[in-house]
Amino acid sequence: MGIRVDTEKCTGCGTCQPACPFGLIDIIDEKARINVAGCNLCGACKDACVYEAIEIEQTVVQVPASDEYRGVWVFAEQRNGEIKGVAYELLSKGRELADTLKTELCAVCIGYNVKDVAQLNAHGADKVYVIDDPALASQTEDPYVAELTRLIREHKPEIVLAGATPFGRSFFPRVAAQLKTGLTADCTGLDIDTEKKLLRQTRPTFGGNIMATIICPLKRPQMATVRPRTFRRNAPDANHKGQIIKIDFNKSAVISKTRLLNFVADMSEKVKLDDADIIVSGGRGLGKPENFQLIRDLASALGAAVGSSRPPVDEGWISYPHQVGQTGKTVCPKLYFAIGISGAVQHLAGMQTADCIIAINDDPDAPIFQVATYGIVGDLFKIVPMLTESLKKG
Amino acid sequence: MNIVVCLKQVPGTTEVKIDPKTNTLIRQGIKNIVNPFDTYALEEGVRLKERFTGKVTALSMGPPQAIEMLRDAISVGADDAILLSDVAFAGSDTWATAYTLGKAVEKIKTCDLVICGRQTIDGDTGQVGPELAEMLGVPFISYVSKVEEISSGVMCVHRMVEDGYETIEATLPAVITVVKEINTPRLPSLRGMTRAKSAQIPTWTAQDIGIEKEKAGLAGSATQVVKVFFPQRTHHAEMLKGDPETQVSALIEKLREAKLV
Amino acid sequence: MEYFLTEQQKTLKSLARRIAEERVLPVRAELDEKEEFPHAIMKDLADSDLFRIIIPEKYDGLGGGSLDLCLVVEELSRVCSAIAVSYAATALGAYAILLYGSEEQKKKYLPQIAGGKLAAFGLTEPTAGSDASNIKTTAQKTAEGYVLNGTKQFITNGGEADIYTIIALTDKTKGARGASAFIVEKGTPGFTFGKKEKKMGIRASSTRELIFRNCLVPAENLVSREGMGFIIVMRVLDYSRPGIGAQAVGIAQGALEAAVDYTRQRIQFGRPLISLPVVQYKLAEMALQTEAARALVYAVAKTVDSGAKSFTEEAAMAKVFASDVAMKVTTDAVQACGGAGYMRDYPVEKMMRDAKITQIYEGSNEVLRNAIAIELRKRKGKRE
Repeated sequence: MGIRVDTEKCTGCGTCQPACPFGLIDIIDEKARINVAGCNLCGACKDACVYEAIEIEQTVVQVPASDEYRGVWVFAEQRNGEIKGVAYELLSKGRELADTLKTELCAVCIGYNVKDVAQLNAHGADKVYVIDDPALASQTEDPYVAELTRLIREHKPEIVLAGATPFGRSFFPRVAAQLKTGLTADCTGLDIDTEKKLLRQTRPTFGGNIMATIICPLKRPQMATVRPRTFRRNAPDANHKGQIIKIDFNKSAVISKTRLLNFVADMSEKVKLDDADIIVSGGRGLGKPENFQLIRDLASALGAAVGSSRPPVDEGWISYPHQVGQTGKTVCPKLYFAIGISGAVQHLAGMQTADCIIAINDDPDAPIFQVATYGIVGDLFKIVPMLTESLKKG
Repeated sequence: MNIVVCLKQVPGTTEVKIDPKTNTLIRQGIKNIVNPFDTYALEEGVRLKERFTGKVTALSMGPPQAIEMLRDAISVGADDAILLSDVAFAGSDTWATAYTLGKAVEKIKTCDLVICGRQTIDGDTGQVGPELAEMLGVPFISYVSKVEEISSGVMCVHRMVEDGYETIEATLPAVITVVKEINTPRLPSLRGMTRAKSAQIPTWTAQDIGIEKEKAGLAGSATQVVKVFFPQRTHHAEMLKGDPETQVSALIEKLREAKLV
Repeated sequence: MEYFLTEQQKTLKSLARRIAEERVLPVRAELDEKEEFPHAIMKDLADSDLFRIIIPEKYDGLGGGSLDLCLVVEELSRVCSAIAVSYAATALGAYAILLYGSEEQKKKYLPQIAGGKLAAFGLTEPTAGSDASNIKTTAQKTAEGYVLNGTKQFITNGGEADIYTIIALTDKTKGARGASAFIVEKGTPGFTFGKKEKKMGIRASSTRELIFRNCLVPAENLVSREGMGFIIVMRVLDYSRPGIGAQAVGIAQGALEAAVDYTRQRIQFGRPLISLPVVQYKLAEMALQTEAARALVYAVAKTVDSGAKSFTEEAAMAKVFASDVAMKVTTDAVQACGGAGYMRDYPVEKMMRDAKITQIYEGSNEVLRNAIAIELRKRKGKRE
């Protein structure tokens, strides 16, 4: 297995060089040389080469996936009996996928005393599998892994989605490993290759600088996690009828390898970015930590939450829970202010779905203006206080 | 106690720039670094060794150059290091990576605890840790922010959750992933650097850890990358021009029109 | 400039720089403002083995020499001189034991210092600064050991160090020849600390009085013999002065970099300040002074490491020249940065405050010039 350049065929023309998104190809002595260390065999160079000099060796006989797997599933995560918003977002997307595939959409809800399970039907689920048991009151992963794995083995869905929440990102890979199938993390786009009936999973990589589309051609189910607020949540449709199927918790089959002893609530660092309608974020352009006060003042005038791009967090000007972006939170407010933020892809990945984006920056070429609704080129130290004052006056 | 810490060499991605002409990553001047999240895993491994005695082995799957990163691991307290390197590993997805690491951990045999960072900064998946635990069939705890106690084969840790932390117990051997709140990684020591310089770091190939070719690298991966592209943006904001006063009043007007304020 | 450093020296220089930039730089201004002793950074230095440098390998050290120490001091000082002096003062305290201690004393104390316990050196008194022979602290021999009485003043690492080398009179009638050196551990009954001094510069370092009231020190803590006190003092200071030179070079280097950085960015009259001849001349002068000081300090450190018998004059030259350079370069750096340079938001005013002490302590530049002149008279100005 690997990638190789046929030096007989290679003319050193260099066409493949710009094709490699990772810049791994050098032309040495008039031959292409691929630095395999960073290569993920995406094949972009192979497609670009007009001399067919690049070969990707496939030693394995590919056994196509079984087509007995049918249906789209969404893991509906809850905490303390409350179903999370991401479950509804996934159902809205899942509905599209299921309709394209002409198959059913199911939700799986595991927990104790979970409220509003019927809401899952209203958001598009044809069936909701519910395992409700006092032993599932805490989010100890082991029973979730065991039970979801059991249900998937029994019902054989072709696609299973979960929210890329801390819990989802931790327990879902274990389910995938149990099922020996692929899992794509943090997808921002999902669609169906109708010809091959495959789920095309698009996700940012390299800190959001590159997008990769990933498929899982030979194993089933195809599994993906999706960040909260990535997809739109459709309005509930009370007319959408569906079944609720209660399943007993198969306690004896679950060997819990870990034991929850205690839970301590700590909301001290809680930043309400997720639910905020308005977010005011500051970036490197603020220059120093004290200047974050400008951001806080504007936020308080607007009743908004305070966000940040990555550099101020790295510099220690503001704490991590405020970070918006690929490695921070993904947000989708009605109004987003990006102040002194240049707009690195890593930041854009976390906020570009906001309804209205205001960018204030002194560099007219800053990438932030490419996603902004309204842009102001100017000195933020003049503009922001002026804006705050005007808003206070009403 | 024998501890294995998994490390990955990654490009320092916050510095990543795209060449506007060729639309490719500019690699010049990008230094490879140890995945920052893994430095907390390594530090915790060394601290646990200091608290409970034992040995720390740094383990990485990567290109031959990753050996330098493993030397750095020794300079901050790892006792030894192993590099998994083979062309057969190329194109591994998280499942194949976890499988390969798992095979190496099995070869190391006397491993009581595997520590991973919560995610890498290049792939950002955070999947290798939990998948590795399943491969090994051992308990798994993610987002560990503190190791309270390890005694008679049982470890007790704090696990960060969104609204606080849980205290969780697991029997060893186990796999944990740690968050950056757990410690502040130390800097290298002169004696460590001297030791690192002369350390023998073995390279294990697929054959060495008994991996069949069809389970390694791209062949062993369930997922495949079919397309890689750069996010394209053609849209441009409506620019509000004029002196600051004009700009601010224009903005407020726009926001009021849209009933956003 | 190529100074032909060994691999090991390059390694420790780069490690010291990393600690300075990653750990010291972010807290430098705060430590200075709060006049707070940098405990966490001292621990980082210890964890990185930097306290082991001059300690012989048989006492858990690395067996390095004066140049090794100078490289570390310079790198630390380039970012924060207060950190550098807290580190270097431990070497000062250790040298007496290293050079004159008995095998038992070395075995007991050097591994502790190598592991990061701080040391200090107590000579100066209210009545004895440059006139060191006028010390009043006494050590009276009794059946149980020596009883110390008196007060030491302006002692770097006072209160923070665990191991103190103290100079006291065992025979008041003999003047300087009646002085002896003792190792006194923190916590010894009768040994307390006075107030922490409020200083112009190097504010993160600790400077205190050491107070001895009937403080009983075991006889085995006498370093060398009775009456050796001043010989030890002179020798220890010869060893430590290149370190002060390195500290001064580091300050000058830091100030030079800050000034270049600022003048490159600051636009006046439509162009960067650095493009103005008057600024260029000033920066060039700062650079050549700094490099000349560095060359002299390294040369003297290499002389020490070569095993030369006497280097009193050379050590004094390194300290005097480099400290005068540091004062001049930092003053010029503040001038080059203009109004901003005078503000505490910028590092150069701190560097200027920090530089001043290097002309004063461990032998004022006046006393040392006098010492150089004495040597000069002895050798009739000739050089081999």
